[in-house]
Amino acid sequence: MTATLTPPPATTTPPPPRRAPKDKQPFRHRLSRFDVKASPYIYIAPFFILFGLVGLFPLGYTFVVSLNKWNLLTGPAGFIGLDNYVAELNDPFFWNSLFNTVSIFLLSAIPQLVGAVLIAAVLDQNIRAKTFWRMSVLIPYVVTPVAVTLIFSSAFDEKYGLINNLLASFHLDPVMWKTETFPSHVAIATMVNWRWTGYNALILLAAMQAVPRDIYESAALDGAGAVRRFFSMTLPSIRPTMIFVIITATVGGLQIFTEPKLFNPTTATPGGPQRQYQTTVLYLWDLAFNRQNFGKASAVAWLLFLIIVLFGVLNFLVSRRIASTEARVSKRRMTKLLNDHNQQKTDRAAQGSLAVIAAAEEKRS
Amino acid sequence: MTATITRPRAEADPAAPQPKSRKPLGIDRRPGFLTYGLLIAFFIGGTYPLYWSFVAGSSPSSVLTDTWPPLLPGGLFWQNVGAVMDTVPFWMSLLNSVVVSAIITVSVVFFSTLAGYSFAKLKFRGREGLLVFVVATLAVPTQLGIIPLFMVMKQFGWTGSLGAVVVPTLVTAFGVFFMRQYLVDVIPEELIEAARVDGASMIATFWHVGIPAARPAMAILGLFTFMTAWTDYLWPLLVVPQNPTLQVALSQLQSAKYVDYSIVLAGAVLATIPLLVLFVLAGRQLVSGIMAGAVKG
Repeated sequence: MTATLTPPPATTTPPPPRRAPKDKQPFRHRLSRFDVKASPYIYIAPFFILFGLVGLFPLGYTFVVSLNKWNLLTGPAGFIGLDNYVAELNDPFFWNSLFNTVSIFLLSAIPQLVGAVLIAAVLDQNIRAKTFWRMSVLIPYVVTPVAVTLIFSSAFDEKYGLINNLLASFHLDPVMWKTETFPSHVAIATMVNWRWTGYNALILLAAMQAVPRDIYESAALDGAGAVRRFFSMTLPSIRPTMIFVIITATVGGLQIFTEPKLFNPTTATPGGPQRQYQTTVLYLWDLAFNRQNFGKASAVAWLLFLIIVLFGVLNFLVSRRIASTEARVSKRRMTKLLNDHNQQKTDRAAQGSLAVIAAAEEKRS
Repeated sequence: MTATITRPRAEADPAAPQPKSRKPLGIDRRPGFLTYGLLIAFFIGGTYPLYWSFVAGSSPSSVLTDTWPPLLPGGLFWQNVGAVMDTVPFWMSLLNSVVVSAIITVSVVFFSTLAGYSFAKLKFRGREGLLVFVVATLAVPTQLGIIPLFMVMKQFGWTGSLGAVVVPTLVTAFGVFFMRQYLVDVIPEELIEAARVDGASMIATFWHVGIPAARPAMAILGLFTFMTAWTDYLWPLLVVPQNPTLQVALSQLQSAKYVDYSIVLAGAVLATIPLLVLFVLAGRQLVSGIMAGAVKG
């Protein structure tokens, strides 16, 4: 809190080296200088080393594997350039998996966003027992994807499933949730939506609460009703957060695996008897670990990687634009604060930093 | 000081009485039945699938053929749980999941705090560039590197051991970025300088100034890291199918030709209990963590 008010640390004086015996000083001094210089790097090193070893290196090596004929058992069997990519781009199963992934993604992202905005808007009111209701929308999030899939896989069972039973009791025809393409995508998207809508609603709720209340008040004074205020004020103000939610959902959604993998365990091919809901990561997994073709599977991994990075770059550009807008606002605020601050007597500022140092002293002891 | 920062600002609201002058404008008016009706609908939508799993998991599988789903649980839950334990090594997999998630959580939280502190509060050449690198890797789907990772694990003979599950997620770019964003606002420069003037070494300053200030964020990061590690399925399925984590064991309930859904659902409920307990204990922190993370972007 106080930190925002402190002037840039130009006023700091280097610690006066005093009273140390003259012969000891150089070594201690040098040690301390080394400490200051090296410590920042030593602290970030574990992250970069580990991340390089288990994060970036495997991704890079995937590219190497993708340029070779490579089998799980026999290992590398010759450099073949981009042949694996050509083969995959001509493979209808690859395109099928990409179609399924995007279809399931759209069926989950759009309803999820609408639902999350609705839930957030309801939670944003002056309700009683706020914490209870907020927690309650998060309950599905603590059910793991495997458990969610088992539960919904039973509910969507074609013969004895809860949902077809209910349809039958209304004299409706059962839906072939596990054998028809579109119903199976709906079923899988339902699992994703159930688990994540409440989570995203809380993110959007935080954004809604960041909108200053006095803007609403002046709009209300001008005669804008609640619905009008929601559409012309709330929605535009939370747009950056909505974009954030969409893009994170995209990066996750394009890698969906658990739900299609476990949706119907009785089929021989993962992702449905005719691959009706085989997503790209599931296709990759089948290619690599069932058909043992590491070369082609690596090519698929890199193709998907490029698609996801495309969205990642988009994410970066969007959030940088948001950040620069924010920076402009906070810069203005900062200038104002600094001006106010400079008007105050300097001894008051000195008093402030003394208090901070005293607090530090207290914490140390 | 730290307490006010961790909580999104609304958290403090309910206690504060609304000023009377606002009421006529209709901004912070108490909402009506429609709102509570919707909230109850969301609640039912969020909990019914779980409740229904418990109903079906405590009944003979014949109830699944009934036209109308039963409303009350049957008395066979423990019997079905027994069948779950006969099918998969439940306790062993539970223990495996606890061990794996705990190690990953400790590692991610510690290394993220260390690196986040360095990025937030220490000055060094190349800091901005390296931070941009961390942010850029946030969007990198490291999951797609599973093929070489699997080959390496096989080469080292690590497949089947829990170490193989743990190693790929010992650090995350998200953790570093999250801790950096938190610490950059929380620690006043003066505090670090004061400690340094007193002659504390860099690591002592981190330990006595950085860690205490970082504690609330460490708790939130730990919670989410634990959840992520606990729910992971793809990688453990690859490396430890015979020595499964809970999620892998749970999925194996279904792998038979004929699926007995009352046993599967009993297993799903049983496997959800640990996280439900965690939710009851730390749900509040989960909520504020999600909301705080959103504000930070």
